[in-house]
Amino acid sequence: MDYFTQQLINGLVLGSIYGLIAIGYTMVYGIVGMINFAHGDVFMIGGFISLITFLILVSFGLTAIPLILIVVLLVSMAITALYGWTIERIAYRPLRHSFRLAPMLSAIGMSFVLVNFSQVAQGARVKPIPPLITGGYTLHESADGFVIQLSNIQIMVVLTTIVLLAIFTWLVSRTRLGRDMRACEQDQTMAALLGVDVDRTISMTFVIGAALAAVAGLMYLLYYGLVDFFMGFVAGIKAFTAAVLGGIGSLPGAMLGGLAIGLIETFWSAYFSVEYKDVAAFSILIVVLIFMPTGLLGRPEVEKV
Amino acid sequence: MTPIPHETKHASRTAGIPALLKTALFNALIALVLFSLMVGIRTEAGSDGQLTYWTRFGELASLVAAVFGGSIVIELLRQWIGPSGAEKLVPPAVQNGMSFVGRYVAPVLLGFTLLMPVIFYDQRYILDLGILVLTYVMLGWGLNVVVGLAGLLDLGYVAFYAVGAYSYALLATNFGWSFWVCLPLAGILAAFWGVLLGFPVLRLRGDYLAIVTLAFGEIIRLVIINWQDLTGGPNGVSGIPRPSFFGIPLDNSDDGLAAKLGIEYSPTHRIVFLFYVILALALLTNWVTIRLRRLPIGRAWEALREDEVACRALGINTTTTKLTAFATGAMFGGFAGAFFATRQGFISPESFTFQESALVLAIVVLGGMGSQLGVALAALAMIGGFELFRSLETYRMLVFGIAMVLIMIWRPRGLIGHRAPTVYLTKAQAISSDLVKEGHG
Repeated sequence: MDYFTQQLINGLVLGSIYGLIAIGYTMVYGIVGMINFAHGDVFMIGGFISLITFLILVSFGLTAIPLILIVVLLVSMAITALYGWTIERIAYRPLRHSFRLAPMLSAIGMSFVLVNFSQVAQGARVKPIPPLITGGYTLHESADGFVIQLSNIQIMVVLTTIVLLAIFTWLVSRTRLGRDMRACEQDQTMAALLGVDVDRTISMTFVIGAALAAVAGLMYLLYYGLVDFFMGFVAGIKAFTAAVLGGIGSLPGAMLGGLAIGLIETFWSAYFSVEYKDVAAFSILIVVLIFMPTGLLGRPEVEKV
Repeated sequence: MTPIPHETKHASRTAGIPALLKTALFNALIALVLFSLMVGIRTEAGSDGQLTYWTRFGELASLVAAVFGGSIVIELLRQWIGPSGAEKLVPPAVQNGMSFVGRYVAPVLLGFTLLMPVIFYDQRYILDLGILVLTYVMLGWGLNVVVGLAGLLDLGYVAFYAVGAYSYALLATNFGWSFWVCLPLAGILAAFWGVLLGFPVLRLRGDYLAIVTLAFGEIIRLVIINWQDLTGGPNGVSGIPRPSFFGIPLDNSDDGLAAKLGIEYSPTHRIVFLFYVILALALLTNWVTIRLRRLPIGRAWEALREDEVACRALGINTTTTKLTAFATGAMFGGFAGAFFATRQGFISPESFTFQESALVLAIVVLGGMGSQLGVALAALAMIGGFELFRSLETYRMLVFGIAMVLIMIWRPRGLIGHRAPTVYLTKAQAISSDLVKEGHG
């Protein structure tokens, strides 16, 4: 039981990270109707920028951890958001009215560009950082000595996710931008006729998605203590699986799907085999799409002629 | 990465020099922010696990300057060429000339390929490269059935390639079966996996299908890596037998082909033999595809690509249509895989990554999705280009990615656009397929 609880905690933390990435997929899919294949790599870029900012701050003699974290978070979000904006501008906007597969292929190309750009710019080796946030709480110690740990970093990941989700939900449901986004999701032409700047709204969608991916990148860096240029691929597919599982286009669904994938992966590693944890996650994607193509909270896709 | 300036609605054609400079400056500024940390700072893990960093402001400055200059050049080119969306009228004389050349490209290319081992008999490098190109031509033609004809985006094609390669490798090393027995088996096994993948994804379309096939490809690769008892895991399978000339080995022994023919043995014989084997396999793929296109099933594939809803309304069984497309494409992938295994003599999961799938897909897309000649030329350009950049190993995939994006922007229908259905109404219609979204009617 203790082991189970510990895995539950680990799974929720991992799931929060997946959920943050999944939101980017689900938003873009909802509005533009394409899979932003490069999104996982935007997450990787976010991790790298966090790492570099952190290094610079430390070498300037900054020691206050909370201050460092806030600065790293802001810088990483800002620059990664600009990456998202640029990617949309270069690779997706010219193809918006092209045939259906074109943006997808362009996105795959963009993903290669980002991965290999990072490899060329920062080298192929894994970049570790020393643990920044240490300590934690012992929740329960069983008779045979098994300890349920809740580390501070885990608390931070989950708290950050919750706060960001709250801000984000407010943004989508209460602000002008959110209203524009929902309008574009329903009907871009009509939205444009009613005075919504569709181009700007789509750009903002990418910017927000990339900023959330940057947060996920920072959380990943803090939680696992390393980044490498290839981490975006698998994380990206899993986050996409999460978005599909939760019902693509649905924001709470993305978070729910992220948590589900995180939990499934953690429990699979804990009780079955670590080697096949990715196989488990990908199999779930296939199974979900067969039996529940709309996901947990998604709306059925209307077939238009 | 050169940020392309705004797709401005107000005429960028007439933009003056100040506007031009403004755009370029804006792009350079964006580039400065984007690259400031990623290029300006280089991090590296030291021997003690401690991260160090050093600055590279020179590279950063030159990159930003390149973006600045590039924006000006692109903007000027754009003003010079005109809006990219506009259809350009090609003069009939040029059109006739093009079609004249077009008619003879394929036979000339085929003739040249047939003669290649004779012309370049002494240059093993060129022959090896030829074999590589032909392997990708075959893979491209195989995937073309799925993507180009049936319009199903398959991102996990390499899985079938892997199934074919491992089928032959394991059957040959464990049971000593010969290449010619295993070749059809590899194809059948790959086709079987194609059907297996096809079943669950039948209801999916477009992007979902792409992701599921990608997941499938990854699952196959991960299983190969982890099922160490069977596949040797990351170490791969080595000592895969070389193909024989229908039972006669191509080696230096007394039973060898050279000895039987009474000529002096040379290792080039095997290369030439392999060259003709893959050429025959590729031509088989091409021939089968061309024939299938004329059969009802081929027509059904094309109909499915153009409009799935209409397809169903007309009573075409989309289930079997999709399954046959998957199975046919997978079978050719399996053949190519078996050939790959016998040529390399060693296979490992390294050869079957997503990059490989993307490369084959890029060949098909670049070739114009559906055009047999286009795919062959694209494979030649792609693999040839890769060879040219061999010395720049790390930049190769970067260039590949950039090229993929640029091609999609510039010519989304591929360099040799040929998506016209084989059958069509001769009278001009008000609605062309271009106006209709794929699979969505």
